[in-house]
Amino acid sequence: MTGSTAIRVENLSKTFDTAAVLHDLSLDVRAGELLALLGPSGSGKTTLLRIIAGLDFPDRGRIVFGAEDATRLPVQQRAVGFVFQHYALFKHMSVADNIAYGLNARKRSERPAKAEIKRRVGDLLDLIKLSGFADRYPSQLSGGQRQRIALARALAVEPRVLLLDEPFGALDAQVRKDLRRWLREIHDRTGQTTIFVTHDQDEALELSDRVAVLAKGRLEQIGSPDEVQEAPVSATVLKFLGDTIEVEAIAQGGEVRVDGRLTPVTAPAGLVGPVKLYARPWQLQFAESHEAHLHGTVRSSYRSQGRQRIEVDRPEGKTVVVEASDTARLPAGRPVGLRILAGHVFAG
Amino acid sequence: MEPPLRPRRRFRQPSVLPGFGLTLGYTLTCLGLIVLLPLAALVVRASGLGLSGIWEVATDPRVASALRVSFGVSALAALTASIFGFLIAWVLTRYEFPGRRIVDAVVDLPFALPTAVAGIALASLYAPNGLVGAQLAKLGIEAAYTPVGIYIAMVFIGLPFAVRTVQPLIVEIDREIEEASATLGAGRLHTLTRVVLPPLIPAVLTGFALAFARGVGEYGSIIFIAGNLPYVSEIAPLLIVIKLSEFDYGGACAIATIMLGISFVTLLAINLIQAWSRRRFGYV
Repeated sequence: MTGSTAIRVENLSKTFDTAAVLHDLSLDVRAGELLALLGPSGSGKTTLLRIIAGLDFPDRGRIVFGAEDATRLPVQQRAVGFVFQHYALFKHMSVADNIAYGLNARKRSERPAKAEIKRRVGDLLDLIKLSGFADRYPSQLSGGQRQRIALARALAVEPRVLLLDEPFGALDAQVRKDLRRWLREIHDRTGQTTIFVTHDQDEALELSDRVAVLAKGRLEQIGSPDEVQEAPVSATVLKFLGDTIEVEAIAQGGEVRVDGRLTPVTAPAGLVGPVKLYARPWQLQFAESHEAHLHGTVRSSYRSQGRQRIEVDRPEGKTVVVEASDTARLPAGRPVGLRILAGHVFAG
Repeated sequence: MEPPLRPRRRFRQPSVLPGFGLTLGYTLTCLGLIVLLPLAALVVRASGLGLSGIWEVATDPRVASALRVSFGVSALAALTASIFGFLIAWVLTRYEFPGRRIVDAVVDLPFALPTAVAGIALASLYAPNGLVGAQLAKLGIEAAYTPVGIYIAMVFIGLPFAVRTVQPLIVEIDREIEEASATLGAGRLHTLTRVVLPPLIPAVLTGFALAFARGVGEYGSIIFIAGNLPYVSEIAPLLIVIKLSEFDYGGACAIATIMLGISFVTLLAINLIQAWSRRRFGYV
C-alpha cells in the first residue's frame, strides 16, 4: 500500500520572533500512507504542516515533493489539500460552490468543463455522504458536516498530499469518533497520501499507518503505532502516548531492581546505575507485601467500561494510578502492595 | 385534560430580555417626535402650494439644475469615498506601520470639524492661487468654484463614513479562508474578488448610503468652494437658504420636500440592494 517517498523534509529549522519552533527536523513521508504528526501544543507540529503546505517558510532546510524541490514554491502551485481545524469554508458560497472552488479557480485553459465540474462535485458529495446538501450554505450545517465539506473541497483539486490540521479538534467526542473511522475509510478507498496533525494519542494510534512524535520542535520518533508503543525511544515519547507511573530504580547488568527487588523489566546494555522505570497503569498488579515493588494506601477508585482504576498514595507523597480488572472494590485507606509486570527504563 | 397550548401573539417571543412593548413604544415615540414630526411639518408647509405648485418649483430650471448637481455629485462623491475609504480601512487593519494609530484618528476629523472650517480650508487649498489649485490649474483643471469643488468637499466629509462602516468587518475576516483559497490554487486577485470582498459588500453599501446622504445634506463646507453659480455649481440646500432669505417659505419647503422624497427613495433602494446582498453574500 505504501511505497516510495512522496515528501522529504530535510533539516528544517524555523524561528518565530526569538522562539525556535523547529530544530533541524527531517522526515520522510511515503506515498499513499496516512501519517500522524503527534505532539503536545508547542511541539511545532502545526508549523511543520504549514511549511509543507507553503503557508509558512522555513529559515533553513528543504521540502522536496517527489524529485522536485518545493521549498520556495508558492502555496498556489504546490497542489496540496489543506483542511483547517475550524473548517475555513467560504460562508457566502453554497456547499457545491465551496467544493468546486479549486476547480473554478484554475486558468481557463486548465479548467474542466462545467458539466465535468458538476459531476466531480456530485461524486465528492457522494463520497462524504452529503449528496442532498449541494445547495445548502455552511451556516446551515453541523460542525461534522462542515468538516466533511472542507475535506471534499480539498480533495476536489486532486492534491499530491492531503494535510489536515487538527481536523477533529473542534468537534464533540461522538462526532469525532465517527469522523475518524470515516476518514480511515476514505483513505483506504482513495489511497491519498495524507498527513494529519493531532495532540490526541488515541486518534493518532487508531488512524495512522505511521506516527511521528514531535516534542519541542524535534522529531522524537517515527514508526508504526505498534512500534512507538512497544519500543518508545525516549521517556518523552512514552509519557506522551499515555498515562505512566514513574519509579526510581537501579540498573545493573541488564537487570532492573526497584526497592531492592528484581523486576521483569530489562535494561538496555550500557545503562547502569540509578534509572527511571516507567510502567503503564495496567502493567502493575496488586501483590502480597513480600513480593511487591511498591507500597501505598488506596486513596480512591472508580469503575469505567469494565475496568477499575485505583489511585494509590505512596509513602513518599506521589500518587500512582493502577488499572485492574473490575473485581472487588478496594476500600479507601487500605494498605496495598504493587508488583511491576512490565515497563521501560530510561536514564534518570 | 388541559387545553393545548396555543400560540398567542406572533410578534412576541419568549426571550431572556423581555420588554418588546416598552421598547417598541419608546422607539416609536422618539422616532415620531424627533424625526417624523419635523418632516411632517415640512411636508404640510409645502403642501400649501398644492401638487401643481410643487411641480412648478421642481421643474424650475434653476431648481432642477441645483437638484441634479446635489444628487449627481453626491452619488459620484459617495462612490469615490467608498473606494478610497475601503482602501484606507484595509491598510489600517491589515498592516502594522509606524503612525498607524495617528492615521486612524485622523480619519475621524471630518466628523468633528465644523463644516465651515473645512469649507474655508478646502477653498483656500483649491482656489486658483491655492497650494493644490495652482497645480491643478496648470493641468487645465479648475477645482474651486465648479462642481469639481463640490465633489472634493463631499468626498472629504463622506470619507469617515465609508472607512468606519467597513473597518470592523475587515478586522473580523478569518485569515484562514484566504489561506484555504490559496491552497486550492487560487491566485491573489481571485482570492480577493471571490472570497474576501463579497462578504464585505453589505458594509460597503452602508458606507456608500451614509456618505451619499451626508453629501446631499451638506451645506457649510460646500458653499465656500463651490462658487455657487446658478445652473453650474449651485447646490439645492443653498437654493433653499436663498429662498428663505427672500421670505419665500413655501418655495423653500417645496424644494426641501422634493429633496426629502428623492433621498428617501434612494436610501430605500440602497437598503433593498443591501438586504439582497446580505442574503446573497452575507450571513445567509
